[in-house]
Amino acid sequence: MAIRSFLILFILFFFSSLNPILSLYEDQVGLVDWHQQYLGKVKQAVFHTHKTGRKRVVVSTEENVVASLDLRQGEIFWRHVLGSNDVIDGIDIALGKYVITLSSGGSILRAWNLPDGQMVWESSLRGPKHSKSLFLVRTNLKIEKDNIVIIFSNGRLNAVSCMDGEVLWEKDFEGESLKVQQVIQPPGSNLIYVVGFASSSLFEMYQINALNGELLKHESAAFSGGFLGEVSPVFSETVVALDSTGLILLTISFQNGKISFHQMPISNLVKDSFGPAKIIPSSVIGIFAIKMNAVTIVIRVKDESKLEVVEKTNHETSISDALSISEGQQAFALVQHASHEIHLRVKLAHNWDDNLLKESVKMDQHRGLVHKVYINNYIRTDKSYGFRALIVMEDHSLLLLQQGEIVWSREDGLASIIDVTTSELPVERDGVSVAKVEHNLFEWLKGHMLKLKGTLMLASPQDIAAIQSMRLKNSEKSKMTRDHNGFRKLLIVLTRAGKLFALHTGDGHIVWSHLLQSLQKSKVCQHPIGLNLYKWQVPHHHAMDENPSVLVIGKCGPSSDAPGALSFVDTYTGKELSSLSLVHSVAQVIPLPYTDSTEQCLHLLIDADKHAHLYPKTPEAISIFEREFSNIYWYSVEDDNGIIKGHALRGKCTGEVADEVCFDTRELWSIVFPSESEKIIATVTRKLNEVVHTQAKVIADQEVMYKYISRNLLFVATVALKGSVEIGSVTPEESWLVAYLIDTVTGRILHQVTHHGSQGPVHAVFSENWVVYHYFNLKAQRYEMSVIEIYDQSRADNKDVWKLVLGKHNLTSPISLYSRPDVITKSQSYFFTHSVKAIAVTSTTKGITSKQLLIGTIGDQVLALDKRFLDPRRTVNPTQAEKEEGIIPLTDPLPIIPQSYVTHALRVEGLRGIITVPAKLESTTLVFAHGVDLFFTQLAPSRTYDSLTDDFNYALLLITIVALLAAIFVTWTLSERKELQENWR
Amino acid sequence: MAAVTPLLLLLLLSSAPSFSSGSRNAYNINGRVKIPQGLGLGTKGYALPGRMSNVKVLLNGGQNITFLRPDGYFSFHNIPAGTHLIEVSAIGYFFSPVRVDVSARNPGKVQAALTENRKGLSELVLEPLREEQYYEIREPFSIMSLLKSPMGLMVGFMLAVAFLMPKLVENMDPEEMRRAQEEMRSQGVPSLSSLLPGGARN
Repeated sequence: MAIRSFLILFILFFFSSLNPILSLYEDQVGLVDWHQQYLGKVKQAVFHTHKTGRKRVVVSTEENVVASLDLRQGEIFWRHVLGSNDVIDGIDIALGKYVITLSSGGSILRAWNLPDGQMVWESSLRGPKHSKSLFLVRTNLKIEKDNIVIIFSNGRLNAVSCMDGEVLWEKDFEGESLKVQQVIQPPGSNLIYVVGFASSSLFEMYQINALNGELLKHESAAFSGGFLGEVSPVFSETVVALDSTGLILLTISFQNGKISFHQMPISNLVKDSFGPAKIIPSSVIGIFAIKMNAVTIVIRVKDESKLEVVEKTNHETSISDALSISEGQQAFALVQHASHEIHLRVKLAHNWDDNLLKESVKMDQHRGLVHKVYINNYIRTDKSYGFRALIVMEDHSLLLLQQGEIVWSREDGLASIIDVTTSELPVERDGVSVAKVEHNLFEWLKGHMLKLKGTLMLASPQDIAAIQSMRLKNSEKSKMTRDHNGFRKLLIVLTRAGKLFALHTGDGHIVWSHLLQSLQKSKVCQHPIGLNLYKWQVPHHHAMDENPSVLVIGKCGPSSDAPGALSFVDTYTGKELSSLSLVHSVAQVIPLPYTDSTEQCLHLLIDADKHAHLYPKTPEAISIFEREFSNIYWYSVEDDNGIIKGHALRGKCTGEVADEVCFDTRELWSIVFPSESEKIIATVTRKLNEVVHTQAKVIADQEVMYKYISRNLLFVATVALKGSVEIGSVTPEESWLVAYLIDTVTGRILHQVTHHGSQGPVHAVFSENWVVYHYFNLKAQRYEMSVIEIYDQSRADNKDVWKLVLGKHNLTSPISLYSRPDVITKSQSYFFTHSVKAIAVTSTTKGITSKQLLIGTIGDQVLALDKRFLDPRRTVNPTQAEKEEGIIPLTDPLPIIPQSYVTHALRVEGLRGIITVPAKLESTTLVFAHGVDLFFTQLAPSRTYDSLTDDFNYALLLITIVALLAAIFVTWTLSERKELQENWR
Repeated sequence: MAAVTPLLLLLLLSSAPSFSSGSRNAYNINGRVKIPQGLGLGTKGYALPGRMSNVKVLLNGGQNITFLRPDGYFSFHNIPAGTHLIEVSAIGYFFSPVRVDVSARNPGKVQAALTENRKGLSELVLEPLREEQYYEIREPFSIMSLLKSPMGLMVGFMLAVAFLMPKLVENMDPEEMRRAQEEMRSQGVPSLSSLLPGGARN
């Protein structure tokens, strides 16, 4: 495959001038790319298991996905990803054929056709005030064949027809301080109860006729103790609440319009009660649960006021919603976690003591705790009830349990990736045995004969199918060892749930997964957040025996001074090597370009107090660090204040923290943007590991331009304050966008350009000596992309050969960023059709291959656009010399060639990021795009000039050689004969 | 679906009085996406419903996202007055973004234009500019393509050498040829011609 050519550059020019488009044949789909679809953490699930038709479960997730899944295999029937601010509040199935979703803070109601996911109707609900309380109530109310759905949102109660989404009636709840807590619809009646708290100590109850929205009764009663948190309905006319101290349980009944309170101190129920409790709402009749610290207490309500503790447990417990299995009978599930197992119990609501079902399921402990459970019943062959439970785990995975076994599981945590890095696979030690090759020789020949048939269009449909499956099943690509071309790697991804996954680049399978202890909820750390992934140890050369490892950085809680947490994970085995809870916070992480003797990378962690902490904390690392002490600079961006600051190190920490690895910092410079006119909306730097092959760029007339290549360049985009809001609300006159190029060591602004009448959002990418950014032009009402290239003028005189000979060049003079750089910039702007979600650029090992921009469009596709389209030297009529150099004539819009979508006919739903990693083969780069879906492919921006493609037909080559040899011998004998005849003559 | 006869598309931009909700002026944008089957062939059928369900309509770069009803209609609710951008995302079709002016002064008036070609729209009916073909089409097998391939060129060159070289040699002046051959021999350069049948013949 990899017959490398020494004539790389020549062929590169040859091929890149030949065809700039990268394209794919339809039968090549799936050869090097893979696509995985996910949903996100399930928020709500509704089963649809009628006797006829396919059994489904409809789910809504935290990634704003509504999807219908096959209950047998867990596959997706259909799925819709709603907008990022269109959060789903509730789902339900109505009329047995529509999925109803309530979203956008209760203001949009949509119905989707259950079989195919087509949207049927959409209606917009408005209310008198903005409130957080939202309810979607399932009812069985029927008005002339139509079902109605009751929705409380934004202070208004709506009854909507399921048929067409029409609002049948509406009722406002205007009360200033009224906070509606529950909307209860007793089954089998035409009444609706709306209960809530007004001011702090008033309980309000409204009784409404469900058929026409008429207010039947309104009662209120004061309770001096006040209320805390939520209420849980226990009967159709009774709710349970907590008083404001959280120590007393209140049973509030409003039977026949009379409100009565019953108090019950929790200490009377539970002997050793401690601290305030929290109600866990459940919809099960007569049962609710409270939680105190880690103890869950399940309480049964008998008659009106008698409370009885039925279970008290230290284990993490989840209770499902009620499921009515027959007339008047309700079942619910309880899931408890015990180390390696989970215990699932299904009980009847009125009969706590007996279990309908009791099962224990072995559970991988890397799934964490059970967060949610949903149950559904089916009738077994012996007419008894069977139950299946859908559980959502702490790592966001979704599992279906039935008969004590996991029927299927989905790794939906992969829908919310925070950070990605890569790791090499282990080196193949033993090598391939000869016998194996010989065994495969016949197969190999057969395969190539088939391929030849395919090329010559002689293949039958069966043959074509065989060829296709042979190509897709290629076992080479999913091998667990390193390959010669560097195509096989591990993608290490950190998800929002605090789980680390390793995905194989060959086919995307999960090699290992690990729920990080440092990112789990614990007593010390209530809300851990994963932040970043860094390569910690990249063994090569002398530390080959070590396994590579990654560093995971997290912090406890969203505040900026929350203490940090570190984890070190071995990327071959997925084992957590060690974890650290830090005393300091983590504001910024700077991976330093130095490694110690075991190839551990040095990292500098900056905390909120501007102290720098060095990791690893070894004397060796400190000595390396102290050698480079004066060469370390970094910058920080304060978006809110519009300040960019440059920093350097000052010395060891002074004061109370006497730590060997703690250093004081000093501020070198700061740039303050006028807060009344400019707001920072984007900052971009070059990738740290980017390789630039040559600094010189030869242009048409034998001139040389020197690229200004510095790792310390920062691109900053600011917009006028008014332009920082969404499109559509500003006029071109009051909005502008300023792009800066800033040197982060000196704080010098090297270049500044203002785009009048433009606004954000700005997406930018920085590579080599150029930056490309995407923004909205209000005057033209179109998106624009601009390129800025920066060149070093101080070396421009070096093109004279005589100067080089006589030693008068300045190539050997030291480069310092403190000397004023003599730079020139060139820039150009183009129109671009689509909105953009992310921009990345391809990267290769040596940086020789030409670059392509990878643009994640609003349609969740990834478009590859050759960098030559964004060349500031493009003109409308390039000269002959410029054409030879490869300059494309200037056109206003950038071309969108459908064949250059790297995602071809697929969508990476909810696209968030695009990552490129160089393969070992210079021509090829690996691309990973993630969002709700994952997509991976290999790209060759200038075609694979250094290797033969998979399509290469060895059989045709052999046949050609044989034919040539045969021809030589035939002609030889012919000429011999002719010669003989001539001699006879 | 196919039975959607030429409907009179009237309802386009209607201002809905925004009840007593806090925002002063909130409008609705209503429109329609029409995907003809066999674009450019003159046969104006309509796309299959299965394909329609994957179409998204996006306002202002994803600030609001909505989907199509079975008849292709869509609407955005609670939109403030101003100039907005509507994009349609449909796999297999290229839609131009559309600029829509929602004006506070004369509600109900439509002002929409395709940003790609600045064509004004009298009503908000969005049609794809072209179909998008994501894959290269494999060219059917032909003798020419085989000849143009490196192998074909190799065979062709070889044949040319084998059959044309002797012809050239024949037409040469015998004197001149002998001289050339002697020259070669004296130089001792192993030449290709000595290996070839034409050159081997003296």
